[in-house]
This record gives sequence, C-alpha cells and structure tokens, in this order.
Amino acid sequence: MMDFSRRSLLAGMGAGMMPAAAWGAALPKRGGSIRVATQSSSTADTLDPAKGALSTDYVRHFMLYSGLTRIGHDMIAHPALAERIESADRITWHISLRRGVHFHQGGELTSADVVYSLLRHKDPKLGSKMASIAAQFTQVRADGRYGVVIALSGPNADLPAMLAQSHFLILRKGTAKPDGNGTGPFKLAEFKPGIRTVAVRNPDYWVSGKPYLDRIELIAIPDEVSRINALLAGDVQLINAVAPQSTKRVESSPAHKIATTPSALYSNLIARMDRLPSGNPDFIAALKHLVDRPLIKRALFRGFATIGNDQPIPPFHPYYNPHIPQTALDLDRARWHINRSGLRGVRLPIFAGPAVEGAVDMASVLQEYGARVGLDLAITRVPADGYWSTHWMRHPLSFGSTNPRPTADLVFSLFYKSDAAWNETGWKNPRFDQLLLAARGEVDENRRRAMYHEMQAIVHDQCGSIIPVFISLIDGLDRRLQGMNPHPMGGLMGYQFAENVWWAA
Amino acid sequence: MVGGMSGSHRQQTLWPLLARRIASALVTLLMVSMLIFALAGLLPGDAAQEALGQSATPEQVAALRHEMGLDQPAPLRYAQWLAGMLRADAGQSLVAGMPVADIIAERLPNTLMLAGMTAALAVPLALAMGITAAIRRGTWLDRAINLASLSMVAMPEFLVATLGVLLFCVKLMWLPSLAMVSAEATWGETLRSCALPILSLTVVVVAQMARMTRAAIADQLDRPYVEMARLKGASLARVVLGHVLPNCLGPIVNAMALSLSYLMGGAIIVETIFNFPGLASLMVNAVTSRDMPLLQACAMIFCSAYLLLMLAADMVALIANPRLRAQ
Repeated sequence: MMDFSRRSLLAGMGAGMMPAAAWGAALPKRGGSIRVATQSSSTADTLDPAKGALSTDYVRHFMLYSGLTRIGHDMIAHPALAERIESADRITWHISLRRGVHFHQGGELTSADVVYSLLRHKDPKLGSKMASIAAQFTQVRADGRYGVVIALSGPNADLPAMLAQSHFLILRKGTAKPDGNGTGPFKLAEFKPGIRTVAVRNPDYWVSGKPYLDRIELIAIPDEVSRINALLAGDVQLINAVAPQSTKRVESSPAHKIATTPSALYSNLIARMDRLPSGNPDFIAALKHLVDRPLIKRALFRGFATIGNDQPIPPFHPYYNPHIPQTALDLDRARWHINRSGLRGVRLPIFAGPAVEGAVDMASVLQEYGARVGLDLAITRVPADGYWSTHWMRHPLSFGSTNPRPTADLVFSLFYKSDAAWNETGWKNPRFDQLLLAARGEVDENRRRAMYHEMQAIVHDQCGSIIPVFISLIDGLDRRLQGMNPHPMGGLMGYQFAENVWWAA
Repeated sequence: MVGGMSGSHRQQTLWPLLARRIASALVTLLMVSMLIFALAGLLPGDAAQEALGQSATPEQVAALRHEMGLDQPAPLRYAQWLAGMLRADAGQSLVAGMPVADIIAERLPNTLMLAGMTAALAVPLALAMGITAAIRRGTWLDRAINLASLSMVAMPEFLVATLGVLLFCVKLMWLPSLAMVSAEATWGETLRSCALPILSLTVVVVAQMARMTRAAIADQLDRPYVEMARLKGASLARVVLGHVLPNCLGPIVNAMALSLSYLMGGAIIVETIFNFPGLASLMVNAVTSRDMPLLQACAMIFCSAYLLLMLAADMVALIANPRLRAQ
C-alpha cells in the first residue's frame, strides 16, 4: 500500500484513489461478489487482448491482464507494469519494468513477456486490432531481465498512451492462444464465449490492497430493457449502455443510480470529399449549418451529450481548442451555400441505420431543415447487419461511429490522415498531415498544443465529417457498489472498474 | 407433414415406411444444408470482415480470410464441410476458434431442457383445455377457454415475457429476471430461474394445441359410435378417453408436433429477453458473425428436430389408427 501510494503521488496520478478521497467517508472494503452485464456478447468473445472488439472483451481483459501503462482520469498515461517509460528523441523508448510481478499461473514478469506480447501484433495471421499501430514498431527487444527497448519508425510522443489500450495488455511469453494467464487483478475461473466469464480475486496482484471484490461474474444482456430489468430486480449489480430514455426508470429506484461519463464517442455524418456532389465545399458548409445541435442533444440524447463542433476532440480533452467559433443552425447561410453549390432540388440519399447510434434521427433532423432551404435529402435506411463492410464510407453521405481513443493523435491518424485506411471523408489536406506528423515528434508541450489546435481548426473548417454531439455513456449500478468514478475512455470506468470498486453492504 | 402416408394404402408394416421416411429426411437435410450455405453466401461480408468489424483493413481481412480458409472456393468449402459431417465432425467455429461440437454441447442441453419442461407443462394443459371445451361445447366454459386461447395466440411473446418480468421480477421480486443456467445450480434454482421463460413459451404454444384438440374431439363427438357408446352406458370420461381420443389422436399429435418444433428454434425472443443461453440465439449469433460451420450445425439440429417430431407424429397417428395402415 505504502509503495503504491508513494509511486502514484510521484507519478501524479492517484487516479484510482480519487473516489475514496472525493466521497470522504467511504473507505474501500474487502470482499463481496457482483454480477455485471454489458450489452454485447457472442461466440466471438475472446481471451486474446489483441482481438478485443467490444466492451465485454475490454472488461474481461482488464480483469485478467495488466498493461505497461494506464490512462488516468486526466487522459494522460501513467506507469503500470512499466515503472518508467522514457525517450530522448521519441523514436527509441526505454521501458523499465516493475519487479516482483507474477503471472497467475506462476513465473515472474520479465522483458521477454513484454517483447512477445508487443511483437505478436505484427503477425497478420493474428488479426490484431492494433496491427496498424504495431506497424510503427520497427524493433522491440529485451534489454536485460527488466528492460525493454522499442524503436519506432518515426517519432511519436504518444507511445505511452497507445500502450495503455486493452489490446496491448501483457501476456506470458509464448502464449499462442491466450488463456487468461496474466498479471491482472483477477484470475480466470470460468470462460464460456457468449455466455459468461467468472473471475476471482488475485491475492498476489501487484497493486497491494487491490482488488477489493472476491468475485466478478461478467455476462451480457443485449436487450436494453431486459438489462435494466435485471438491474432493478437485483440480478445484476452493474450494467452499461443505459439508454437516455431509461435513466428516469433507474433513478426512480432508491437502491440504484446512474453514472454518466462524458466521452469522446461520436456519431458523425460523413460527406465523401473525393466525389461529387458530396465533395462540393459549399454543400458541406450548408450541411454544417443545417445541424440543430441543441435539438439533437435534447431530443435524441435527453441531454446526455456534449455539443460538438465538427472536429473529433471533445471540450474536456487536454488539447481541445476553445477558440474555434461554434457552428450553429443558420438557415440563411445554409441557403446561400446551397444556392452557390448548384445542388438546389437535387435528390441526395443519406445512408443511415441502427448500426450507428442516433443516425436515423439525425438524418431526419437534417432532412427536415434541408427541405426548408431547398435541399432534397432522402433517408435510405439500411440494416445494422453488415453495415461496416457494405455502407460505411461507401456512399456520398453515410454515418460513422468513432469510439474514444486515448490520444488526439490516434483519432486523427486513424480517421483524418490522408492515407489512413478509415479516412472516412476521403479528404486530403497536406497541411493537416504535416502538422500531425510534426506533433508526434514535438518535444515542446506548448508548440505541440498549438499544432493540435490548428489541426482541429482545419478539420472544423474544411473536412466533411460532421459531428453534431459527443455522446455521453451511461452506466447503471446498485448503490452498494462504490468506487465507480466515470472515466473519459469509456463506460464502466474506462472498462477498468473491476480493480477499483468495492461492495459496501 | 403427411406426405409419407400416400404409400400406406398397400398392406404393409411400419418398418419399410419408417425406413423410407428416414431416407427422405436425410435428403431433406442435405438440401437444407445446401440452401443455407448458398443463402448465407449471399449475405454481405464474411466471417473475416465481421470479426474485424469497423476496424478492418484490406490486408488484415485477407490474412484472416486465409487463416479461416475463406479464400477457397465456396463449393470446395461446402464439400469439406459435408465430408466432415459424414465423419460426424461438425468442424471448427470460425469465430470462437473451438470445435462446433463443444459450443453446441454447451447450449443444446439448455434448449432441450427448456423445450422439455415447456412441453411437460403445455401438453397436458392444452389437452385439458381442449377436451374440456369440446365436452362443454357452447357453454360459458367453452367460450371462456376459447377467449383465453385466442388472446394467447394474439399476444406476442415479447409482451407476455416483458410484462411477466415487470410484475414478478421488478415489482414483486419473486423470480429472477435472468434465466441463468449453470452447472453448479441445483434443480430448484434452475426451475425457479426458468419459470418465467417456461410460462412465456407455454402461453405461445398452448393455444394452437388446445384449439386443435377441441376441434378434433368436437368433430368425433357427433359421430354415431359415440352415441352408441353412450347408449351402452359408458361414462363420458370413458367415451372421451377410451373411444374418442384414440380416433382423433392423429390430428392432435400433428398439431402438437408443429407447436413443439417451434420450441427449438423459435424461442429466440424468450432467449433474448431472459438471456437464456440456448440454441436459437446461438444461431442468430452465427448468422451475424457469418460463422458458417456453426450456422450449419444449428440449422441441421433445428431441421432434424422438426423432421423427427413430424415423423413421431405420423408414427403415433398410424399406431393409434389401424385404418391408416391397412386398407
């Protein structure tokens, strides 16, 4: 305990300790068993961090494995298994590992485990979700028993934050098929894909005193109404993905409450800029002025959202640019742009469907206002099944959905860089690309911030990605479950509630 | 459903008929498997794309496709699957990376248990309702049973199940809202957690059976032989159970087989609402993840169950009614 406190103070994090301090009297208590229900589970459930695709996977992986770093509530990377992570040039990184950390099935954590865990992402046969990021690792090698050296293909100041993602959690070396043997707060007791995961407390967890719970059973209840019913009936103690419409029901129960996380999750309307008519700058400007953001926030999300400004960095992010003027609904300007674009009266389909939260309703709002300025938008509803492979980015106008990423660099690199595989709008902005690469290597924090500010301004002004709001994530929980402190990286405390919560019954 | 009876006009025993029915069932299964394979191939995307989801890059998809064997031509993949099935090997699940047999073994007992318990409740209930209504034809009791069974048919199961959860789980807190079946649970716990799913499914299937039973019995009650039996002095119970019921067992059993076959694959809504780990949700899972071997295995199970129930119904009808067997 002492050791951890000192270190966490030195590292300036204390992230996990905050709730106890903030809520005063409540002190963590050992023991107890809870059942948690997320919204998705299938035969694709996996014990392999590299393949984690859904919230259920992330929660499972953070229970069983630990990462080199972790993202704090301040959105900054803090040390975890890596005691120190340093670089002089932001190309070659030196990691020194915490000592005396043991795997569940025995054996001390060494550099060989880390090297193995990182390099396996480069194997295309694995199908790692982080393959594109791992492609930046030109070399990963052991430097003694507790040292690891990572060499990147170019400078990237965000490596510590990228390594905090669940996909980069550390496995035992040589584990071809991960079986839950990690250094995480819980040990695997039962795993049945699509049915449930049971994990029990790891008494030798490297953060002394944690975790508090004895046992966690993780299931999924895909149907939202059933999920809420299970919470209210006392069959589960924690759920995620509560719909804004259901919050009143949860709050009306004296034994339950909701936990809201303002997040960087957004559903965006994508206007393809590499083809006409959606690539017409006046058309895009008109669309941006047709979005009634307060209405979308109020009507679609019952206020559980943050107004967006057509760029992917949310207001609570350290690099957010507060100086960009907020675009608002302005029918006169929209009409002026439509007339200039020459698209008056042309019928244009928007592809929307339930795969993207709020897409159909947002499209309806746009259609309504569009009709008032002479823009004939038609909504083509498509099923969720197969949406990402058949419709997303494939039409002049479609909807996308982007989950929170740990850094501004990641969201820009994945979705806005000219050569990115998911450059949704297909835009090409040399200045933006240049800034993005420069910011990765920039040592001076102020200059780096200024670069991110300019990138946000460029996306806001010129890109066809229209982001009306950032969607808040809502969890529901039993009031006896304490220590839940919303984390901007995602619901369920950034999927890392397991080691931080306790049962006060 | 009754196609196998056309040849029964000749004098014959049950066995050749049974053999022919089994052979035709196998052909049906083969055709269904081809149809499912072809139709699933028409769905957008494949298992590799679905597994990688939104984050798929072309190189990753190609690598994963190769890993899953999806880069081979479809007829070859079908032939490989068929060859595996002939060796009683359902193959590897593309998505879960484990044998399909293991995944099925996890879920099939649950589905069979749910179907079995529902049948154990629904069949006697339907018989009782049908017989009572037929005997008391035209009375208020008949009308009440009619009204009840018609409203049961009309009410969608998601409504019944959701109302049940709201009342018994959230308000009264008598029953759990989730049907969690696990190895360590006792029979009592399992029964308690499955009570609502069983009741919801019963509501769905009982009405059809009750109405068929009533119609079949009512039809027989007007026959001269019933009047004869009554005049002989046989009690009403004896007439109905000993004379009428065997004569109309065929249509009743047929209606029951149809209703019960629904319990295998049609329980999807109940499985979803109660989070019951059964086969129907597994099959939906297999479709959305484009997991062909798993999808085929589920389809084969549902199809076999249907064929078996129909076969059993026809056999029962033949045994109960010698006139169908002999000229």
